Amino acid sequence: MIRLPIVLFFSAALFSIGVYGVLARRNGVLVLMSIELMLNAVNINLVAFSQALGSLAGQVFALFVIAVAAAEVGIGLAIVILIYRNRETINIDEVNLLKW
Amino acid sequence: MTGHEYAFILLALIGTVAALRVVTARNVVHAALYLVVTLASVGGAYLLLAAEFVAWVQILIYVGAIVILFLFGLMLTKAPIGREALDNQRRGAAIVVALAILAGLIFLIQDAFSWDGSKIEPRTGGAAAVGESIFSRYVLPFEAVSFLLLGALIGAIVLSRRDDLT
Amino acid sequence: MIGQESAAPAAANWFVENAWLIVLLPTVSAVLTLFIGKRTPGRGAVYGILAIGTAFVLSVGALWQFVQHGGGRFVKSVEWFQVGSFHVEAGQLIDGLAAVMLVVVTAISLCVHIYSVGYMHGDQRYTWFFVVLSLFTAAMLNVVIASNLFQLLLGWEVMGVCSYLLIGHWWEERENSSAAIKAFITTRIGDVPFTFGIFALVFAAGFETANIEEVGHVIAEGRASNALVSGAALLLFGGTIGKSAQFPLHVWLPDAMAGPTPVSALIHAATMVAAGVYLVGRLYEVFVHADPFVLQFVAIIAGITMLGAAMLAIVQDDIKRVLAYSTISQLAYMVAGLSMGPEGVTAGFFHLWTHAFFKALLFLGAGAVIHAVHSNNMSEMGGLRAPLRTTFWTFLIGSLALAGIPPLAGFWSKDELITVASDGHPVLFVTFLVTAFLTAFYMTRGVALTFFGDYRGHGHPHEAPVSMTGPLVALAAATVVVGFVGAPQLDAPFAQWVFFEEPHIPEFSPLVAAIAVIVAIAGIAVGWGLYGRRREEDPVLQLGPVTTTLQNRYYIDRAYMSYVVLPIRDRLSSAVYWFDRNVLDGVVNGAAAFARALSLVVAWFDRRVIDGAVNGAAGTAGFTGGILRYIQSGNVQRYAAFLFTGVVILAIVVTRI
Repeated sequence: MIRLPIVLFFSAALFSIGVYGVLARRNGVLVLMSIELMLNAVNINLVAFSQALGSLAGQVFALFVIAVAAAEVGIGLAIVILIYRNRETINIDEVNLLKW
Repeated sequence: MTGHEYAFILLALIGTVAALRVVTARNVVHAALYLVVTLASVGGAYLLLAAEFVAWVQILIYVGAIVILFLFGLMLTKAPIGREALDNQRRGAAIVVALAILAGLIFLIQDAFSWDGSKIEPRTGGAAAVGESIFSRYVLPFEAVSFLLLGALIGAIVLSRRDDLT
Repeated sequence: MIGQESAAPAAANWFVENAWLIVLLPTVSAVLTLFIGKRTPGRGAVYGILAIGTAFVLSVGALWQFVQHGGGRFVKSVEWFQVGSFHVEAGQLIDGLAAVMLVVVTAISLCVHIYSVGYMHGDQRYTWFFVVLSLFTAAMLNVVIASNLFQLLLGWEVMGVCSYLLIGHWWEERENSSAAIKAFITTRIGDVPFTFGIFALVFAAGFETANIEEVGHVIAEGRASNALVSGAALLLFGGTIGKSAQFPLHVWLPDAMAGPTPVSALIHAATMVAAGVYLVGRLYEVFVHADPFVLQFVAIIAGITMLGAAMLAIVQDDIKRVLAYSTISQLAYMVAGLSMGPEGVTAGFFHLWTHAFFKALLFLGAGAVIHAVHSNNMSEMGGLRAPLRTTFWTFLIGSLALAGIPPLAGFWSKDELITVASDGHPVLFVTFLVTAFLTAFYMTRGVALTFFGDYRGHGHPHEAPVSMTGPLVALAAATVVVGFVGAPQLDAPFAQWVFFEEPHIPEFSPLVAAIAVIVAIAGIAVGWGLYGRRREEDPVLQLGPVTTTLQNRYYIDRAYMSYVVLPIRDRLSSAVYWFDRNVLDGVVNGAAAFARALSLVVAWFDRRVIDGAVNGAAGTAGFTGGILRYIQSGNVQRYAAFLFTGVVILAIVVTRI
């Protein structure tokens, strides 16, 4: 038996750390890693609520999130490698052509 | 406080500290290895929450596959080492935003759930139950995710292949 | 815990009951060394030495209690995993054989660990070396202790991987990494039938158990068909051929000399190659109840290997290769012993026991020599008797033991094997004697070329440090002593520990012993006659076609290369390429043509209908974007920061309303 808020606080901590990573890291791969942290935080919530409410839906969707995360990493890394190949850098603050 | 809770808090602390190291490490490979620790402790948390199947999938997919992908990514991009190379100039702003989100979340959580009000009783989370659920009720989303994965697979290949090799 | 054990007070059986600790300790030390080894003073060697030392004490304790208890079998296991109704357990099976093997493995491994401190000093992957060394030992101990076929397979395979890592420890040189790959793949070829053999045994047991003891019962009670048991025995022996380097898969072992010398000692004395022999002894029920043809086949393989390898040892220049071929030949001795039925089991394992000590001694001695002269070739040694005093004397003891000179260890075990063979195995009897002669001859040649005559190398050789000579002296003392546990004059306690079904106390036959000793002395005499004096040319290298054949290792390696390796590499891969070209590409091109036809239709639709809509939407977006573009900095992370800030504001607003 575990009190729900404990689990949620863990999830909140992971999520905030992930946010910090996404905002503060300039290396593309590290940003992707931070995104994984945030996805994991979401998954913890899904599983925790699934068990608290006695419904399997949460766990099923946690699995879907994991699958989507795998797809996201695959595409994300492909993009990062493409950027590296074209620009010799994966610092995403140097990739700023998408502007006025 | 039960034994389960102590175990969970211990895992959560390990996971949190490792996650902090992921976003602060100065060597990208170390960051990836700390990510393994975080992901494994999240997997442990799933086990404590009796979500057995999700836990194993977490270990298999995340620790087994995704981290390896990351390491390949780091290898192929010759990632540099050092704070200058890895962090940008807006660390302060990032800390503010992250703390704001943490404060907001904590506020919301304690607002919505009383400390002793809701408890998680370990329920079923084995492969059999989850599988039955996926292939009966959630078969459509399952197929959708499959297509997404296929798309991602093709997309990743198309993106990363060199044009001159066609 | 699911336990079935003979009744005995728990305290009196502590060592036997907790024998699993012996496996656990090296595993733990491997993990510890891996993670904190580099930060530990002495770069992590201390964990392995402490763990193996403790394991050695525990092993001796276990053997002692086992003897106190008067033998028996102690089985203890826990559930490992379950597939349907098929339960797989993991645990420990301690009988005389396992208890003796535990002592051998831990003793040799301890010596090798300590020796490596000196030998590997300054190596760039020193810590890693100790990690793999400990893991290797743990895997071998797991094979020894395994109560379940799958548990045994686990240790067996881990050992294969570790041998690959250790042989290729200096992988910067292409030759070494090729040797590692060769060892791995060759033993792998033997592992395939071995795996099938395990499945055949599980099948014979009706998919109900994979426990070695229960499978043994099933087969002993004749509940499995004779054909199935014979097939399983042959398949299992395939594993032995690979791991114990028997003909025709012996080719990896001489090349495995590319690894650091302590590794050679460990692989050749106590672990890897002993595992194949141990496997036959552990599953001896299968071999005994199989068709008699199986044991005959084993005997034929052993005979060929024994003589063939001994001949090859004669012409080698590399001191380690002499010992390597000698190992192959002596392993064949053990396998031949096993092929002679239950009496031979005791004799074969007695030879494994003595051989482990003096072969480890010889390898470590050779390592000390190589350490001193920085070359493996005996043509660059000579006259090392004076500078390497300790090494010389210990190496001499080891060589005499290997040659079978009483009262050293090798004499007792060889004599026992020959005695068993003298009773109804005439062909093996003669083969044993010829091999014994050759063994004595090539060891004399090795000692003479290395330690006598004039020094032919460069620089000034120095004796090795104490961490290297210490194990040498310890092993030399052991070589003198360990033979007596099997001496018939002392009631042969060894035969009461290790036996199949019932003890067979060997009888001492003065005639046979005299013949064996005379043959050995004759070998030494001939060797000394040829090599005792200085010679310009090595006599064995002047035998014309014989020398050529031997130096080319009977052309076996070359035949493998041209009939196995190259066809797979060149023909098979080109066949696959052809298939890819002509069949797969045809399918792909057909699909492409179809897609092109379809795309013409789609293109028309696209231009007329969709482009209109898209252009309209783009126009609108362009107009809006023209206004909004000034807040776009192009920095993704700034956008993300805005996004998250927005989320926080929204969340607070929503909950407050």
